[in-house]
Amino acid sequence: MSTTTTSIGAKKPLADRLPIISHLRMSAGLQRGMLVAGLVLSLIFILAAALAPLIAPFDFAQITDAEGDFPTQAAPGGKFIWGTTVGGFDVFSRTLWGAQTALLVIVMAVVCSIFLGVFLGLVSGYIGGWLDRVLVVVADAIYAFPSLLLAIVMSIVISQGQSSLWGGIMAAAISITVVFIPQYFRVIRAETVRLKAEPFVESAKVVGASTWRIMFKHVFRNATRTLPLIFTLNASEALLTLAGLGFLGFGIEPTKAAEWGYDLNRALSDATSGIWWTGVFPGVAIVLTVLGLTLVGESMNDLGDPRLRMRRKKKRTSGKGAA
Amino acid sequence: MSQHGTPKIATADGRVLSIEDLQVTFTTDAGEVDAVRGVSFEVAAGEVVAVVGESGSGKSVTARTVLGLLAETATARGAVVLRGNNMLALTGRQLRAVRGEDVAMVFQEPSTALNPVYTVGWQIAEGLRAHGKVSKKQARARAIEVLGRVGIPEPEKRVDYYPHQFSGGQKQRVIIAAALALNPAVIVADEPTTALDVTVQAEILELLREVRDEFNTGIVLITHNMGVVADLADRVVVMYQGKVVETAQSLELFSAPREDYTKALLEAVPHLGRNSASAGMSERSGQDKEVLVEATNLEITYPGRMGTPAFKAVDNVSLKICAGEVYGLVGESGSGKTTIGRAIAGLNRTTGGSLKVLGYEMLNFKERTFKPLRQEIGFVFQDPAASFNPQLSIGECVAEPLLVHRKVTPAQARARVDELLEAVQLPKAFADRFPHELSGGQRQRASLARSLALDPKLLIADEPTSALDVSVQAKVLELFKELQTELGFAALFISHDLAVVDMLSTWVGVLYRGKLVEEGIGSQVMSNPSHQYTQRLIASLPVPDPVEQAIRREAFLKTG
Repeated sequence: MSTTTTSIGAKKPLADRLPIISHLRMSAGLQRGMLVAGLVLSLIFILAAALAPLIAPFDFAQITDAEGDFPTQAAPGGKFIWGTTVGGFDVFSRTLWGAQTALLVIVMAVVCSIFLGVFLGLVSGYIGGWLDRVLVVVADAIYAFPSLLLAIVMSIVISQGQSSLWGGIMAAAISITVVFIPQYFRVIRAETVRLKAEPFVESAKVVGASTWRIMFKHVFRNATRTLPLIFTLNASEALLTLAGLGFLGFGIEPTKAAEWGYDLNRALSDATSGIWWTGVFPGVAIVLTVLGLTLVGESMNDLGDPRLRMRRKKKRTSGKGAA
Repeated sequence: MSQHGTPKIATADGRVLSIEDLQVTFTTDAGEVDAVRGVSFEVAAGEVVAVVGESGSGKSVTARTVLGLLAETATARGAVVLRGNNMLALTGRQLRAVRGEDVAMVFQEPSTALNPVYTVGWQIAEGLRAHGKVSKKQARARAIEVLGRVGIPEPEKRVDYYPHQFSGGQKQRVIIAAALALNPAVIVADEPTTALDVTVQAEILELLREVRDEFNTGIVLITHNMGVVADLADRVVVMYQGKVVETAQSLELFSAPREDYTKALLEAVPHLGRNSASAGMSERSGQDKEVLVEATNLEITYPGRMGTPAFKAVDNVSLKICAGEVYGLVGESGSGKTTIGRAIAGLNRTTGGSLKVLGYEMLNFKERTFKPLRQEIGFVFQDPAASFNPQLSIGECVAEPLLVHRKVTPAQARARVDELLEAVQLPKAFADRFPHELSGGQRQRASLARSLALDPKLLIADEPTSALDVSVQAKVLELFKELQTELGFAALFISHDLAVVDMLSTWVGVLYRGKLVEEGIGSQVMSNPSHQYTQRLIASLPVPDPVEQAIRREAFLKTG
């Protein structure tokens, strides 16, 4: 079935055609609330990541300053507003810097997987035949793996468990990429297989357009409309995978970059001795970021479907709308 | 009738349904849209009221309010009084009590209106058991009774069949049986025959007529087909843009329409035997010219799924299309007419016999060797909404053949697009619009422009007007005819509508289950068919004239 009537118009201003802004404009009621909440959380996350060097009072690996060594496990207050960890890191600074690492990993992971996934999906769906069958089997095989386990294996293969800032980020991003490619592949392939039977693709065939032209001019632009949605949902999954890797000790070394998963791991032993601040802040950061991204993704999903979308009613006049 | 009582009539004058000043508003992204604006009409017991109008006239929405079936985004005002109950004011529970008992619905697509995992007997019984305390046995007995009434042979046995074991026409009979099970005062039939072939349509219309006479049921018939209206309706309500334009007795409406809109609507309906393209011709013209398409004993089979035998869509068909000739191919659904058209365009593979297109043998089809010939073939698809890439502007879509086959600069392409749009009577400015911003008729014109972009020798038109409203269809057909005379291309015109085919093509072929049963000059095939199937096909076609249709119906029932 086609919902092409809701598609992008020609004369509409650019702002109305951008994914999130157009969604915001047509939202109403609870759906609008969800979307706005998600956007605010995501915006805070992005701002924290971008402005970390300006806002954070200390560097992520800093344990001394002019006044000497930082206290360890100091309670929140004074110079260290969110306290310090057992190693003497400032929790506030590390949480802010952690946002930067997280954002970099999300961007790298999604960019790496989106190109390959979309390309393979298009080719596999349109050309079909044995190539399609092989690619689908491979994608299914990757699906069958627990994704975290695969990410661990990948991070060991890529960086031998050791990591610098970029090494760590790339290791995390690539290991996530391996898990994500099948997702993009699947979505684009399914869409391509559907579009292949549409009359407009047949009409391009009748005209005599080459396979590549049909694939990229006619199918591609129609197949990628769901991408912003998967992008947002995958972003939150990428973040969780990164945190999981860090928590298990396969992440980035604390002196190379701040990473929420690693900090949570370190905070494990603190929890029993009543030191709550080392665990709560990175934990809450993970939860809120994932929540924000998921809210945006889910709202986009609902708003993109005309049957799920709520609409503003101008007035309620007498007479009941028959149910 | 059995324990379900005598027909109940609400008011003394026999009115069972009256709609008063109904207004329905939909809340959409673009604000509020008024779909129905102050519609009023009445239906008496034993009367068939046809609500006709083009798509978007609000006829279906009006009918759905009678059952209280409206989308969540709709708000209805006014009154729909069904045997004393205002359907707009009832609660969910009250509505459920009324549905089935007082009003039932017959849907357009019989294959989706039945649940495939239950037997038809179960589905009929479900309605009965939802309404009254009937035992399983009684419900079954009643189901068998109504199935027998609607002409299902061996109802005792067939009651335990699943929907897929019935044909399309029989499924529609089952749905009518389910609607009749509780003996409702009103049946709302929303395009009940649109998804069916003409020969089946004639039978279903006959059944609805019997239902009216035997059960004294009021029928609201929603349709866009004026032939069906002429055949069945007692009274006609013509709707346009959410308003009632005219209400009249059927005979009166067809013989002396009062409103301009009604006149134009009736004028646009193709009438079999009028405006024949081949009127006065006695032999096939233009046979000395170049042969563009030649099929000899053509066979096309679709491979069966695991365990099922292959399906032969086209069986031993031989035909010939010469330059400048319009060949009309008619047949019901599944007759293989579209398959032939697609095979000529290289969209389907042939599996046997020979098909020569512009001298190219399609049996050894290779995309690479066939590609140069593609510029000589234009193709117009059935659904204009789906045959344009929604992401490209009309100008880009029309220019696509030029960009693929000729080395042209954007300016040259643009000039040619302007020229083409002008030829199909669309303003140049439409080149910058997107497909969804055009109406169905405009899109089909643009589609015609695209297929003519390279001045093809052969145009294949696969049901080009069946997705359009009649008034739009008339204009598109007129345009097609003009362009054909002017440019002189040969055309294969595929349609299920005999009247449309007769208007355009001089030579007509009739397909039945993959076989070409008859070929001949259009006007001769239509007026004097020789094959039994063609005779039946033509006899079953309802004409938009109640008097003539009554005579034709008698004749059809005698042959059937």
